[in-house]
Amino acid sequence: MTSAAVTATGKPGTRVHPRRLGNIIFGGAAWTFGIWVLILLAAVMIALVMGAVPAFQEFGPSYIWTEAWNPGKDIYGAMAPLYGTLVTAFIAMIIGVPFSLGIAMFLTELCPTYLKRPISTAVELLAAVPSIIYGMWGLFVLVPLMQLYIEPAIISTLGNIPLIGVLFGGPAYGIGLMTAGVILSAMVLPYMVSIMRDVFETVPPQLRESAYGLGATTWEVVRSVVLPYSRVGVVGAFMLALGRALGETMAVTFVVGNSYHIKASLLAPGTTISASLASEFAEADGLQLGALLANGFLLFVLTFSVIGVARLMLLRLQRKYG
Amino acid sequence: METQAATTPASVSQEIVRRRLRANRVVTGLSVFATAAGLFLLAWILGYLLFKGFTTLSLGMFIHDTAAPGSNGGLRNAIIGSLMITGVGIVLATPIGILAGTFLIEYGRGSKLAELIRFVNDMLVSAPSIIVGLFVYVIVVKPMHHFSGWAGAIALGIIALPIIVRTTQDMLQLVPDALREAAYALGAPKWRVIVVVSYRAAFQGMMTGVLLAVARISGETAPLLFTALSNSSFTADMSSPMASLPVIIYNYASSPYPDWKHLAWAGALLITFSVLILNVVARSFAPRSRN
Repeated sequence: MTSAAVTATGKPGTRVHPRRLGNIIFGGAAWTFGIWVLILLAAVMIALVMGAVPAFQEFGPSYIWTEAWNPGKDIYGAMAPLYGTLVTAFIAMIIGVPFSLGIAMFLTELCPTYLKRPISTAVELLAAVPSIIYGMWGLFVLVPLMQLYIEPAIISTLGNIPLIGVLFGGPAYGIGLMTAGVILSAMVLPYMVSIMRDVFETVPPQLRESAYGLGATTWEVVRSVVLPYSRVGVVGAFMLALGRALGETMAVTFVVGNSYHIKASLLAPGTTISASLASEFAEADGLQLGALLANGFLLFVLTFSVIGVARLMLLRLQRKYG
Repeated sequence: METQAATTPASVSQEIVRRRLRANRVVTGLSVFATAAGLFLLAWILGYLLFKGFTTLSLGMFIHDTAAPGSNGGLRNAIIGSLMITGVGIVLATPIGILAGTFLIEYGRGSKLAELIRFVNDMLVSAPSIIVGLFVYVIVVKPMHHFSGWAGAIALGIIALPIIVRTTQDMLQLVPDALREAAYALGAPKWRVIVVVSYRAAFQGMMTGVLLAVARISGETAPLLFTALSNSSFTADMSSPMASLPVIIYNYASSPYPDWKHLAWAGALLITFSVLILNVVARSFAPRSRN
């Protein structure tokens, strides 16, 4: 590093010391806070494990797959919120993935240059809208729409298919897992698009242009050049969005219905881990609080493993093509 | 492509070309449709919010505190609570985030430790905010036995931290090494090189990061439910439960009272446009990059 060079003014002996001191203090602070990031993750992990202990002590590991939520009798199980969390996130991905692929393809391959910036900005803004706004929009706009038009249409078409019809049966409540999944898909869409656009842009223009030069159509370029090249990053983007969908709270809480019973129909009300936390936490105590914290721990494990894998995949893409 | 009449009959190859073009038209059509649908969604959400918000916005909501339904309440305590919690959160997170980002680039560049920190930080950027709320509940609220504005500020600070680390790191990386070397050659100690050269060169980008972090945390609701909770009366005391705009919006929007719902929409308009304006301002600060 810098040698303590003797400058024109002052005596060397007294000056070297404060310089070193400055380096030690500043470098030490930077190092400490860098480490803090690691400590933060470790602390989150430890705190949530500690929070989960009472419920697991009471109910054992079967807590995870028990479908029960009875504050009156103090019996709890994580199955219903866990099921709701997975199902809503799954619905969000089913709807969100094709849309995000379409938009990312439009932005990188089809969009005229003068539209690129405004549309990109619009996507970023969509990502910046607070999740509670999506929740309110869902409650006041989407729920009535789902109840009056979309769900009856689903019930009378998909509901009649043998075997999978069960998933789309029952009355149209408006609120429920399906509505929550639809809202979530709108929420994760911008995240997926903005990562995927960046991922698509890692494809070297030479590759793309040589494919066009051979006479390939836009779709063929995307299918045979862009997607194979950026595969890892695209999957990483999906996983990151999945992590968000699993942990999203406010957009879901308004519309999911808060029911702890698992129904066959996706249109029925249900709950998710985050929604149950948001709606019950402030009033809960004793074992109910313990159960909610245990659910929080399960959510942590779920989201962090998904996000971890996603980040590893994106890192791999970055390392490979930097 | 040229058709090779010698090996394939012209009609067959024309059919192939036609099929390829048809597939292309279908997919590009779907792609345009997806984009239009996405933009339509944005317009719908913002349009509905504007309509609902402007019809309910009033001067009174800035003057009066939250009150029982039907008694002409406002949002003053929630607005001030939000400003305080967000402000303290960002003040806590900014120095830590900037120093941590500095460590990653100026001290640990290329080291295994820095790489690990970077990875963990990226994970924290996309971590669900509700997890952070629970964490702060366990380490702050539970030992103190009551909800408080401080706990809310700590939770928001933890959410802001990885965003600031990330942008600081990205921006410091853009500072050319030649600048640093020139300063070293003049005999400056390392910490002065960082403060006077690197920070000055990366200042605008780092500001962008802080503003984006403010935008992100000022709309956060879930972590505040477990930390600051809410308060029906005005307080500037951060050690007591505190009202915040997002939590009040949440409570009011799900209530059955029409005047509370109106306040929720007005609050939602206020918060969304603050967040969007912050975003636009932050991006205008950013050095001319893709974003």
